Amino acid sequence: MDINTPFFKARASEALQDENLQQALGNLKQGFPHKRAIAVERMPEFDDLRDQGRDLKNHILEHLDLYLEQFESKVTENGGHVHWARTGEDANQIILDICQQVNAKTVTKGKSMVSEETGLNDYLEKNGIQPVETDLGEYILQLRGDHPSHIIAPAIHLNLEDVSEAFHQHHNKPKSDDPVTLMQEARDALREKFVVADVGITGANFCVAETGSTIIVTNEGNGDLTQTLPKTHIVITSIEKVVPTLEDMTLFLRLLARSATGQEFTVYNTLSSGPRREGDQDGPENFHVVLVDNGRSEMVGSQFQDMLRCIRCSACMNHCPVYGAVGGHSYGWVYPGPMGSVLTPKMIGIEKGAALPNASTFCGKCESVCPVRIPLPKLMRHWREDEFSKHLTPKAARYGLSSWAFLAKRPTLYRQFTKLSSWGLKLLANSSFGGDKGKLEKIPLAGGWTDFRDMPAPQGETFMQQWKQRQAANQTDGESS
Amino acid sequence: MPQQHPSEKPSPNVGLFITCLADMFRPSIGFATVKLLEQTGCRVSVPEQQTCCGQPAYNTGDRRTSAEIARMTIDAFAGYEYLVAPSGSCVGMIKYYPELFDKEDPYQQLAQELADRSYEITSFLFDVIGLEALQQQLQQLSIPRTITYHDSCSGLRQLGIKQQPRELLKQIDGLQIEEMTEAETCCGFGGTFCVKYPEISNRMVSNKSEFINDSGADTLVGGDLGCLLNMAGKLQRQTKDAPGELVEARHVVELLADMLDIPGIGEQEVRQLKDNVSAKNYALASELKSSELTGSELKTSAITAEQEAK
Ligand code: SF4
Repeated sequence: MDINTPFFKARASEALQDENLQQALGNLKQGFPHKRAIAVERMPEFDDLRDQGRDLKNHILEHLDLYLEQFESKVTENGGHVHWARTGEDANQIILDICQQVNAKTVTKGKSMVSEETGLNDYLEKNGIQPVETDLGEYILQLRGDHPSHIIAPAIHLNLEDVSEAFHQHHNKPKSDDPVTLMQEARDALREKFVVADVGITGANFCVAETGSTIIVTNEGNGDLTQTLPKTHIVITSIEKVVPTLEDMTLFLRLLARSATGQEFTVYNTLSSGPRREGDQDGPENFHVVLVDNGRSEMVGSQFQDMLRCIRCSACMNHCPVYGAVGGHSYGWVYPGPMGSVLTPKMIGIEKGAALPNASTFCGKCESVCPVRIPLPKLMRHWREDEFSKHLTPKAARYGLSSWAFLAKRPTLYRQFTKLSSWGLKLLANSSFGGDKGKLEKIPLAGGWTDFRDMPAPQGETFMQQWKQRQAANQTDGESS
Repeated sequence: MPQQHPSEKPSPNVGLFITCLADMFRPSIGFATVKLLEQTGCRVSVPEQQTCCGQPAYNTGDRRTSAEIARMTIDAFAGYEYLVAPSGSCVGMIKYYPELFDKEDPYQQLAQELADRSYEITSFLFDVIGLEALQQQLQQLSIPRTITYHDSCSGLRQLGIKQQPRELLKQIDGLQIEEMTEAETCCGFGGTFCVKYPEISNRMVSNKSEFINDSGADTLVGGDLGCLLNMAGKLQRQTKDAPGELVEARHVVELLADMLDIPGIGEQEVRQLKDNVSAKNYALASELKSSELTGSELKTSAITAEQEAK
């Protein structure tokens, strides 16, 4: 997937003008957060669960190597294979090799953000293998040559009209605006794909070390078909998804469903524990797990380690007012919203990713809903520190900051400056710029503010000036009495 | 939270942290804060060596400068039992000070101590001093207004300020609180955010002003001047041609200290005009209640009232 993150500002600007998108984002804002709030209210111990989730994840990250090794040996014991991919390219190569070994022509895919991260679809296509997305949202996006804009509702940026148009073009059926008809069309089209697929590729929400199982949770059931029908099942997932036991997994499932969609449990929770055994009714003959690192092991022990607790629930983006304004595509790469603003710079480099951690008011809403209590604003601030220390902060901002800092460290001088500025602004407000005395409608060099709102004018002398006068007056009073 | 009644602790020695925005744009917030503190028996001083809490540097990623400013602030407030500021955001920043120093640095300990005794004003009045100390004064006030309260992010999520300003305001006679939709959603100010990403900020503050207007309140109240400047600026731009419809923006201390004789944020002459209009509207509204006047008739009368006021 192309990296468009450096164009965040321009893309955001377009997104703000896009009425369809704005409507879709409005619906999102009404939907998920509301449902989450109800689910949380119905579970008084939810905050305790979040603490448990955070602590358990921290424990896992402290012993990541141990649990990964245990997971690997269990998968092998079950008759499957584990592959370690240091980079995204490694992962793609491994998967291509497996596909070629079984002479695959078509692979069906369940939703997987990691495969977006590695650019797997393009890679397979370039090598003559047809990947078919089976998650309804992803399927629509694939038909349109589009990418997800949300991690659990990938096509949230589209409206019914867009879907109808895409289906009309690809299904050779008359146009319809009935969601049920459209769903049936997609179902029919996908059924055929499921039957002919040589390989099924899914992601994994968690990997269970004690049993060597991987699990995917969906609300459509497409994951089940993807992983049970083809002869070969490949799981592509990342190293931080490992959890020690099945019981630990259930803790995260409870947190995940409530945080994501406000469900108490996701509809389909499908575990895969290796290839089919003798006497099994169904299941793949070959089972592979590709464990992707792609920069994650570097985060262990770094100031970004907390980010590896993320269980990809999307609560942070569902509640983020910036995401809510500009949508997922503005972020320009795989992971949007607050979690993307922390993860993306790690994966594409702060040089390309700096716009994201800066596009936050640090309002803290994301942190307040994150089921594993990731301090997202703090981590975004770490990126700004990294950017600043590498001298990547834009020149104007840097210059402004250093002049301000010079004054802020010298109270007497600072006082002169505030005095002058408030006087100057007041003067401006009274001149033609203002119109009214209380506000300014245009301020030189502050277009960013006054293009959209008035600037309230200072009342008059600064507090410090007036306070001094008051103190002096009190003193004279004291002396004369 | 320590519950200290003024009778147990006669006159807490409070250092006022006057935020840079209040200092420059709206000194009345500082004076209202002083008034409230003095009303509850505090001795108030304003340390001269303070400038800014250091947030601009901290949020730009310049840790060194923020640590230098933190050190200065720590020294400036060394002699005070409490630091109190009319801003959740600046107090929130002071709570970050301990992170800026290494464990071995003596300032780490000092920063922690300052953080522990720093309070946003409504939280100081309610959580530290206790409502009783101010209750009598507040109950004597009469402010016939309908307000809506914006919960600024740092105050709300970092310091847990939600109930304190509301409890204090509830004591005032005639004051109605109408909660807006999404009172807890960021207004889009975010310090430098609003100039770095003006368009996104604009969308956020536009949503906000819609909720403010829909609440039916005549006054927007909040505890952070940054957010208030942002929202007031937007409300004014939107009601440019209909100043009579403008929701007035005020810092919470201005209501609590009964300082409503000064114009609302960003207003001057306009308010007087509006007050005339609202007075007439109010009279008309009561008339409506007792008569058969329809909504559109009321509107026509209101327009006439507005024209007369002009
Ligand atoms: S950062 Fe937290 S809220 Fe956001 S997706 Fe990850 S787990 Fe969910």
